[in-house]
This record gives sequence, structure tokens and C-alpha cells, in this order.
Amino acid sequence: MREQPYEIVIGLEVHVQLRTRTKLFCRCSTEFGQPANTQTCPVCTGQPGSLPVMNRDAFQLSMKTALALHCQIPEFTRWDRKQYYYPDLPKGYQISQYDLPMSCDGWLEICDSQGVFDPKRVGIIRAHLEEDAGKSMHDETSGRADSRIDLNRTGTPLLEIVSQPDLRSAAEARAYLDELKLLLQYLDVSDCNMQEGSLRVDANVNLHLDEPGGVIATPIVEIKNLNSFRAVERALEYESQRQYEVWLEKGVKKGDIPKQTRGWDDQLEVTRAQRHKEESSDYRYFPDPDLVPVVVTPDEVERVRATVGELPAALRLRLQEEYDVSEYDANVIVNQGRDFVGYFVEVADASGDARRTSNWIQQEILRRLNELQMSIRQFPVTAAALAGLVKAIASGELDSSRGRDVFGRMFEHGESAAEAMQSLGIVSVDAGSLRSLCEGLLAENPRVVAEVKEGKQKAVGALIGQAKRLNPNVNPSEVREICLELIAQQ
Amino acid sequence: MKGCQVSLSLADVKKVAMLARLQLSDTELERMTHQLGQIVDYVNQLAELDTESVTPLSHAGELVNVFAEDKPRPGLSRAEVLSGAPKQDDECYRVPAVLGE
Repeated sequence: MREQPYEIVIGLEVHVQLRTRTKLFCRCSTEFGQPANTQTCPVCTGQPGSLPVMNRDAFQLSMKTALALHCQIPEFTRWDRKQYYYPDLPKGYQISQYDLPMSCDGWLEICDSQGVFDPKRVGIIRAHLEEDAGKSMHDETSGRADSRIDLNRTGTPLLEIVSQPDLRSAAEARAYLDELKLLLQYLDVSDCNMQEGSLRVDANVNLHLDEPGGVIATPIVEIKNLNSFRAVERALEYESQRQYEVWLEKGVKKGDIPKQTRGWDDQLEVTRAQRHKEESSDYRYFPDPDLVPVVVTPDEVERVRATVGELPAALRLRLQEEYDVSEYDANVIVNQGRDFVGYFVEVADASGDARRTSNWIQQEILRRLNELQMSIRQFPVTAAALAGLVKAIASGELDSSRGRDVFGRMFEHGESAAEAMQSLGIVSVDAGSLRSLCEGLLAENPRVVAEVKEGKQKAVGALIGQAKRLNPNVNPSEVREICLELIAQQ
Repeated sequence: MKGCQVSLSLADVKKVAMLARLQLSDTELERMTHQLGQIVDYVNQLAELDTESVTPLSHAGELVNVFAEDKPRPGLSRAEVLSGAPKQDDECYRVPAVLGE
């Protein structure tokens, strides 16, 4: 990539649908994919006289997430009304948080094991709890000019996580999103399903240009409609180049025009102008008189902090320190999720050979999981069984290529390593018969013996193939060792 | 806030009407500016008080931490919830096209 004549400045807003059974302020189900408008009540459809009551679990899950993001939890927090008109917002306002969010001032560390960028801490301005809007669908059949509104999603709890504008490339933005999603999965606070809208991203981006008079900033653009992390990357790449071209052409600076909202078109891979964003004063935020504030004690914070558990960053370090796997390998293992790490740790502990375990699970197991689109929980080879196999290979009882045969058998028939070896007729060859097999080979191959004596140790390789044909259970390195020893004694 | 008097202009009322999606005629705008102005003047009386050492209230009641358990309860049937809509198709509300632009 060529050196850019500008610096890209990116901040991300991520909306996470929390894993609760009911909505934030009423007890309607949040289950996805139900028939339209079958999960509503007077509260989430904004009927007069109805009263919202906060979902305890939604607040707890938010606090857990905020703590994992190293945020401060203020003692006092409250909810405000954000007013705007949109058909999918039946009350005419969204219950959100304005000046007293439930958490603020955190960070998330991102790193790149490929070394494209240096590790950095991305600041988190705030994470606040708010309600989702409904869904509008444009009806394109029969040329009708109506939109259809489904209010099932209205009122679903969302945690909005707002980063500082600390990201400096599309790659960093992608790494932030990957790490955040992994963290949310480890915390088990959301299913993080992008197709179902459980994770939604808006990106704020502008450029800093080094001009003779000092650094100049281009107007900030908020990009919406980003349906995948890939779309976020592409949109940021497109938008930064677009802003640079507009700068060259028009020279418009930040502050000259109001903040713009642009939508990402995934097909054409361009961003397009949307309505000008209302100023925040136009939302006329004010404290929602229907809800009471929440007061959080330090004890409560500590109680929730204790449920956070070991997180990806700490696990990566632990795997490197306690299991001696490389940074790259630790990344691969941790990025597969908590269950996968558990599997690795169990096999490594039981086999006593973490490096070999790491190789096996990254090669054979990851490959099969990917092929079968299966999770490690469903995998037919248990951790105990794999540990048996790793042990057999580590002790020299099995060589790696036969090890793969044994693994295949274990995978297909759910056998233990010992059972699979027995099924395949693999028995370890005792020292006496191995020695006599080698002696026989040397007697039949005087030319190889002569070559080895002349110093060409490689020649012994020809004997290994013959030995394997005579008895497939022999260990190649043992054959090699014994033959060389016997020749030296001659 | 002592001494901070707020007054209301015609332009303010126009903007508020727009944000509330109300279409007001010129006569209505003038009448609203007058009437809303009176309300603002009434509230302005508060400025006479010294509130320097008073902590702002978030809520008129003293309750905090009112939570409900995360247990689903039945809500409205689809027929019920759609019954008040000017336009619907037995599944969804129908509204003038929203094109996301």
C-alpha cells in the first residue's frame, strides 16, 4: 500500500443486543425470527398510561461488559428521552442515556500477531444502555409506496459502546471489532450474530492533513448501514479516499459544514449522503420521568467484576507463559473461544506436551471443525482421547504419520487412542524383534552398509522404507538409530 | 441559573413545531409564540430563587433501583396491537414509504 498523504481518524459506535429473554422496559420476549408484531405490549408500543420497568439482567450484563472494558461505573446513572420522529419508534422518543451513562472511560487493547500495526489501547468513551427501535421494511412488491413496520424488536436492550477516535486505519478498526466481538463472546452477554442484527456498527471518520499552516481536519462523516466487519473495512477505505478527493477539490474543513451521515452501499461499494444529522440539542434530551435512577454501590461493582472471568488478553499471555506456545499460536487458540481454550488446556495438561498439543489442535482439529462447521463441544474426539494420542506420539510409540491414521479412526469411530491403535493393528514392536529386523536388512543391503561406512549417513534412509514394508508398526527413527548403531559396530 | 431569563422568539417556535412535525399557519405560529412565551415567563420566575447550593434532581420521587426480573409474560395479540393503526395488513403497520435516505 502506498504511503497516504493523510492520517485517518476513526471512532466506532457498536450497538450490542444483550442476551436477555425479555425487553429492556417490558416483559415481551426478545426471541428473534418470530412472526411480525407478535411480541409487543402497551409499554413497547408506547400506549398512553403504560410504565417502563428496567430489566435487572440487562443492567447486570451491561455492567459486566463495561467492567471487562475497564470502564468506570459511576455511582449514579439515569435514563433520558431522545426525541425524534420515525415510524419504527412508536413513543416518538427512544429511552437512552445522555449525560449520566452507566459507564465511561475504559479501554480495549488491540494487537496484531502479523505485525501490521503496533499493539495499542483504544479508549472507550462510554458504554450506555438503551432500547432498540423496530424494523421498517420497504415493500417493493406490486409497486406499493408503503413501508411495513414490525415492532417485535422495539425495546430490546442495546449496549452502545463508543470508542475514542483512536483508530488510525481500516485494519485497526477491524482488529478492534474482532477483539470486541471475541470479548463479548467470552462474557456471554450477546450472541453477536451480525445477520440477526445483534451487533451493529457505525463508524465516524475524518482525515488529518499536514498542511503548511498546520494540521487540518476534514469534516467528520458518520457511516451507517455497515452489515459486516468486512463492510466496515471497505467503507473506511473508500470513505477516506473520497474525503481526500473532496478536500483536494473543495477544501472544506471540519466545522464549515454540519456533521454528515452517509450510508454504505454494499453492492456498489460506495458511501452515499443521507439526511443531515440533527444536532444533539434537536433531540431535546431530558430525564425520563417514568424511570427512576439507578444507584450502584462499590460492593455491587465488585460482585459483578468477580463474574467477568479470564478474558482473551489474559489468556493469550497465560498460554504463552504457562504452555510455552508462540504468540501467534496463542492467538489462534484464544480466538476460537473459551471452549476451545478449555479443550487445549485439558489436552496439554493430560498429555504433558503443550507444543505438540498446540500443533495437533491447530492442524487436524481446526481443519476438521472448519470443514464440518462444527464447534469444539460437538467434536467426537474428546480432550482425554486426544491426550492419549499426543502421549503415544510423544513417547515414540507412534510416529506422526501413523498418528494421523489413528486420529482419523478416533474421529470416525469415537475410539480412544489405544482402541484406535488396536483396530488398526498397531502394536509397538519390542526391542528384540526390531533389532533382528534391522540385522536382516543390513545383511540384505551390503551396498547401503558400505555407503554409510564411507560417511554417507543419508543412505540409511533406503532401509527405513523396506523396514516399514516388512512391519508397518516400526518407528522410523528407531530403525534409523539401530541400523546406524549396528553398522558402527561392524 | 439566577438571573438567567429565557425568552421565546417566533423562530424558536417554528423550529419546535418542525421538530414536533406540526404544520402551523402564520396566525397559529403567532398565537403559539405568545402562549408558549407566557409559560416560559412563568418558569422564569424560578430564576428569582438562589439555587446555587441545591443539587439538581433527576426525579421528583425518591425511589431508586426499581427492577423487574427477566421473565417473559404474554403481551398483546397481533390483532389487538394493530387495531389502532390507520393502515395495516394483518401482519405489519403500513406507513408512508421510509427509504432510509
